[in-house]
Amino acid sequence: MTLTRILIASALTGALALAATAQESNPAVDARQGQFQVMALNIGVLGNMARGNTDYDAETAQAAANNLLAVSQIDQRFHWPVGTDNASIEGTRALPAIWEEGSRVIEIWGEFGAGAEGLAAVAGDGLDAMRAALGPVGAACGSCHDDYRAPAN
Amino acid sequence: MRGFVRFVVILGLVAGAAGLWLTRPVHITDTDIAGLTGDPAAGEAVFWAAGCASCHSADDAEGADRLILSGGQAFPSEFGTFRAPNISSDATHGIGDWTLAQFLTALQNGISPEGQHYYPAFPYTAYRLAERQDLADLYAFMQTLPASDTPSEPHDVGFPFSIRRAVGAWNALHLRDDFAVEDDLSAEAERGRYLAEALAHCGECHTPRNALGGLDLANWLGGAPDPSGRGTIPNVTPGAIGWSEGEIAAYLNDGFTPDFDVAGGHMRSVILNMAELTEADRAAIAAYLLSVPDMP
Repeated sequence: MTLTRILIASALTGALALAATAQESNPAVDARQGQFQVMALNIGVLGNMARGNTDYDAETAQAAANNLLAVSQIDQRFHWPVGTDNASIEGTRALPAIWEEGSRVIEIWGEFGAGAEGLAAVAGDGLDAMRAALGPVGAACGSCHDDYRAPAN
Repeated sequence: MRGFVRFVVILGLVAGAAGLWLTRPVHITDTDIAGLTGDPAAGEAVFWAAGCASCHSADDAEGADRLILSGGQAFPSEFGTFRAPNISSDATHGIGDWTLAQFLTALQNGISPEGQHYYPAFPYTAYRLAERQDLADLYAFMQTLPASDTPSEPHDVGFPFSIRRAVGAWNALHLRDDFAVEDDLSAEAERGRYLAEALAHCGECHTPRNALGGLDLANWLGGAPDPSGRGTIPNVTPGAIGWSEGEIAAYLNDGFTPDFDVAGGHMRSVILNMAELTEADRAAIAAYLLSVPDMP
């Protein structure tokens, strides 16, 4: 009886420990991933207009562009602590190259900022202007994913 | 006993001769293509569909620099690291002095003008399915591109893969003249199949390979390990993608997934090519992808 109880208890403790490991998250990783989701959501608003899936609306487009510009102005220093690359921890696709000598991530983040600024300047000026200005923003995203994000799984 | 030895020797000679015959470089001659001439304007679309710039332009080339085919990009594999050569119009370092027959021999048979086998990192295995008229147009277009005097870099391939002649045996096993997807397709999906299989060579990355590095046709577009050793190149069969035809076509144009993530890695460069195609051709590729048999 006692033995059974001990076994059950230890099994439960083991399961709890396992669950804790699986759920262990890094606040910096959470923050940067959340930031990218905010970007994707707002790019989606504009991208769907650009693709003709939704009607262009100047005010909505301007709001989304403003959000992208705001994200581009968040100082990134707290989002990328050393040791949060995909070789060190689970749950990230951030490649070690981000932190290595010759890394272009800061420069590319600047390109995103310039793109977002250009987009926010014209997003309310009509579909064609917005669509043209969305290109450089997407290019900056792709440029970073190209060298600094691992393929999924 | 003497008779048996002689028998074995003759058998060996026959096998050797058969091997030499099987692995011989096969050339397309001027006579084979008499009357074929290319139209450079039509060749531009072939150029983008065939994805030449993705591998043969300099690493990270953007905009007009993607038309400078100076080579140099490295392609790691389990057989060694391949380096894309200079295929610009430079007569010394590129392919500017090639005849159309030499160009077609390279693209469809994987044989250089000097009679050397190319490694199948170069997708002649796919281009072999292309219409010769399209490739003649491509030839004409590529003559109009800038010359680069950057010398081609050697491949870093160890023994035994360094024996080029062995590629002849590989070709005997793997070259095919049929499409991978042979099901009845709509006219649109057939056009997409031609673009995806013969020109864009999607299968080269999205289809897993066997121990010899040949495409595992039974798992066509079923996804494969990334040759960089990190991550997986996705399964792009219909059930696995789960995107509509419109979403696939739009992704090939602007690089945004349906949830507005942005393609990275080599696919980013592929999308820059696909964005140069007509909307109808992108829709055709999407229609084809949705007609491919599902792979788990």
